Amino acid sequence: MSRLIKLALLFPLAAMLAGCNAVVLAPAGDIAAQQRDLILIATFLMLLIIIPVLALVVIFARKYRQGNEHADYQPDWDHSTHLELVIWAAPLAIIICLGAVTWVGTHLLDPYRQLGRIAPGQPVTADMTPLEVEVVALDWKWLFIYPQYNIASVNELVAPVDRPISFTLTSSTVMNSFYIPALAGQIYAMPGMQTRLHAVVNQPGSYKGFSANYSGHGFSGMHFEFRGTDTAGFDQWVTDVRGADAQLDRKLYLELEKPTERVPVTHFAGVENGLYTAIVNMCVELDKMCMSEMMSIDDRGGLGLAGVDNIAPALYGGGTRNRSALGPQKTYVAALCSVDEAIAMTAKLPALSAPKPAMVTGVGLSPPSLLQSPAAAAAMSWLAGQTASLATTSAASTL
Amino acid sequence: MNNQFWTFIFGRLTWEALPLHEPILVVTFIVVALGGLALVAALTYFKLWKYLWTEWFTSVDHKKIGIMYMVLGLVMLLRGFSDAIMMRLQQAMAFGGSEGYLNAHHYDQVFTAHGVIMIFFVAMPLITGFMNYVVPLQIGARDVSFPFLNNFSFWMTAGGAVLIMMSLFVGEFAQTGWLAYPPLSGIEYSPASGVDYYIWGLQVAGVGTTLSGVNLIATIVKMRAPGMGMMKMPVFTWTSLCTNVLIVASFPVLTAVLTLLALDRYVGTNFFTNDFGGNPMMYVNLIWIWGHPEVYILILPCFGIFSEVASTFSGKRLFGYTSMVYATVVITILSYLVWLHHFFTMGSGASVNSFFGITTMIISIPTGAKIFNWLFTMYKGRIRFELPMMWLIAFMITFTIGGMTGVLLAVPPADFVLHNSLFLVAHFHNVIIGGVLFGIFAGINYWWPKAFGYKLNQFWGKLSFWFWIVGFWLAFAPLYVLGLMGVTRRLRTFDDPSLQIWFIIAGIGAAVIALGIAAMIIQFAVSILGKNKDWDTTGDPWDARTLEWATSSPPPSYNFAFTPVIHDNDAWADMKKRNAQRPVEGFRAIHMPRNTWAGIVLAGLSVALGFALIWYMWWLAVLSFVAILAVAIFHTFNYDRDFYIPAEDVVATETARTQLLGAGK
Repeated sequence: MSRLIKLALLFPLAAMLAGCNAVVLAPAGDIAAQQRDLILIATFLMLLIIIPVLALVVIFARKYRQGNEHADYQPDWDHSTHLELVIWAAPLAIIICLGAVTWVGTHLLDPYRQLGRIAPGQPVTADMTPLEVEVVALDWKWLFIYPQYNIASVNELVAPVDRPISFTLTSSTVMNSFYIPALAGQIYAMPGMQTRLHAVVNQPGSYKGFSANYSGHGFSGMHFEFRGTDTAGFDQWVTDVRGADAQLDRKLYLELEKPTERVPVTHFAGVENGLYTAIVNMCVELDKMCMSEMMSIDDRGGLGLAGVDNIAPALYGGGTRNRSALGPQKTYVAALCSVDEAIAMTAKLPALSAPKPAMVTGVGLSPPSLLQSPAAAAAMSWLAGQTASLATTSAASTL
Repeated sequence: MNNQFWTFIFGRLTWEALPLHEPILVVTFIVVALGGLALVAALTYFKLWKYLWTEWFTSVDHKKIGIMYMVLGLVMLLRGFSDAIMMRLQQAMAFGGSEGYLNAHHYDQVFTAHGVIMIFFVAMPLITGFMNYVVPLQIGARDVSFPFLNNFSFWMTAGGAVLIMMSLFVGEFAQTGWLAYPPLSGIEYSPASGVDYYIWGLQVAGVGTTLSGVNLIATIVKMRAPGMGMMKMPVFTWTSLCTNVLIVASFPVLTAVLTLLALDRYVGTNFFTNDFGGNPMMYVNLIWIWGHPEVYILILPCFGIFSEVASTFSGKRLFGYTSMVYATVVITILSYLVWLHHFFTMGSGASVNSFFGITTMIISIPTGAKIFNWLFTMYKGRIRFELPMMWLIAFMITFTIGGMTGVLLAVPPADFVLHNSLFLVAHFHNVIIGGVLFGIFAGINYWWPKAFGYKLNQFWGKLSFWFWIVGFWLAFAPLYVLGLMGVTRRLRTFDDPSLQIWFIIAGIGAAVIALGIAAMIIQFAVSILGKNKDWDTTGDPWDARTLEWATSSPPPSYNFAFTPVIHDNDAWADMKKRNAQRPVEGFRAIHMPRNTWAGIVLAGLSVALGFALIWYMWWLAVLSFVAILAVAIFHTFNYDRDFYIPAEDVVATETARTQLLGAGK
């Protein structure tokens, strides 16, 4: 039934968008498909009130025009408690429904949440190891590191279909937003910070990925190809990448990091151990203190006055260009120990442990019994069913 | 040595800062320069300088200041719209390997300037202009609480606009997007003068906006005519009050956050940098804590305009006055609880996102109630389809659809796929053009006869109306489609040829809007210069309901010879109904504020200070700062701030009106 409703909703939209590839409405990944479903449900809920309002505007404007002498005219009628009740309660009712859908949907589709299913009716099983991809937004290209395969690529992302993908994202300089419309919603990639995204691609094919947040001169060319392949195709691709000449080490990364535009696809057969962690902690340069270490030192009370002197002038990143007009020469906190030690201290951030499938909780809230797993899974279809019956009733009444 | 001397004098301003290599800018500069020279020559030839200085620039009359705000907003609309046309043209051209006609350096400035100008120097001045002109008349006051401050506020707003316009020909503007997110707007990634123009332009204008907010709150709270309790205020005054509360509460946040960004750029602090514990996300939070209330600052007065228009042209009392007021107040409060919806995708947790998504949806309830109130104001009315009413109908349809896409974007998972896309761009133009701009156009057509004594030309007004409506939908419906096709904003070039047709349609839409603007300019010209003016001798050409229509059109400088006493929230309709007689004798001298040069001088010095800071001319910065303090202190010793309009003058003015009213009958 809910499927029918979705189709019915899709039809006018599809007709309207015939001839163009509305990827947001016809994605290739389960997460994006669920996000699309929410768009349709929300649109439907709102149309319940929007359409009558638009109709009434036209009807009233026509009926009560000055030229229409037959229409009732009551210049002092300005209040009706019943009507007031309706005009506040009707939107409220819609928003209560939409709010409930939003609360459930936002938690189920939280990009930080590990996938519970790879497609409707196909839960993630224990033998599915998520593909880990470490994403770095550079000026102005994308670096993808595959830690499980120890390879990396620039401006090309390949993933096997029906295997969960776990992205961790950061940026080298400014804010970007990592977005593959066919796969899943976007998430920002920000310097010195790490964000996460979980997704899965269900249909093999080639899709567009790009930065959705303006990041400077080369922004328009900052896109890449995302390919979903079968497992054999993915393995073949991994083999191909391993055949590349270059190894991505710190030195090469610092070269790669420099601003360039419309960079062709580049492969790296190997990646230096801990490079991504160093990027997140902004300490790819060997003499720079990692942020994780800095925070750890600060957490224990800091270095006191001695720490004030532990700075070095920044020579990388453009040298003179980063100098503020009246400020001191740009500096950074110098490393206290070897970087390898630092990285050993700050082992990779642990992945979020998977909550029980399809259970919804807020932070600090115990799960309401109503939303325990089977019911929660059914919640969306129940709601769709409700709206369906509403639709049939209203359709019947208009007939 | 010589070199050092010039660096001291001009800071980092060099010949290279002049964009002589950009032919578009050179041509623009020549046109602007010639136009400017012609204007100066004309003003000199017709000996208008003294008139402008004494009657307008130094005036503290809220009506004249209101009109100056409107002129500023409409002039800047032309600049902001040129940017829009340039973007549309670029995006329609740059396909299949074509770079279009704008390079990244230029294009990125254009979209940044478009946003900044349209919000700060078009929408804000137009809104403030209306509030300045109408509020004192609606509450039966003779001027605002602080007339000098009002003049100063206007000139600070204009000063900000001057700085932004200067960036077109001296140096460059920011290439960061209209909110200048760091780290991109930090000194490391934007070392040139663009972001500094942005910062100081907005800081100078922000002083004006904040002070004008203080002024209007004081005016509305303290200067209402006797009998006008809070719940008897006209709805436009109510929405103005709420808007100014929002301004006073939120603009200081903008000032603070831009100050922090300036400190990062000038003295090397690390509030928003990547290193040394700086946090760019803090900037994003702070700027949106200002930015979200800002959109309600713009829309609330327009809701007020539409309320006045709805009841006037339906010939009815406004339906649900009380719930309208409560809806406005609820929106005012809620507008502070939704800012995070501008960055759901920055990695907040699901509970935080849900909270802000749901609070955003809740705002649609009072907004929906307002739509219903206008709807039921029309119900059982006698609707006259004059231009303001036409804009109201267009608004109700357009804004409702824009509101719907807005609530859609408030659903976080939906926002994850639509954030930063052209769908979002279409949405906010749908509410800002369909809400704010349509409201402004309704207001211009509605209050023009009050301000100038004659109605605007209907033919050109209707032409402009239809061009705008058709142009708007042609320009922005394709952007909704493109958003659903996964196209993001601020792109300069495209690879996918299937997108081009939509951009071409959008470009055609922008061209139709251009016709709408042209028709509007012709409408003004025809109305001002035309021989057969549609004169308004009554002061009440629309059979309206609120107090501003009780006085003559245009009103005398003192607004009301006697302060009226209020018995009903539709004060003027109530007076007409009770057949209240206009007093024709017993006039007394009227106490009024005197004009002052201090506002324009202080604002001029502020522009000099901003310019000096942008170009690192430290001597000029120090000098102009000291001068600002000196002038401000000097002005406090000016005790000659008021005068009396002699009773004979009042009698003469009022007798003339009595005769006019008699002749009208």
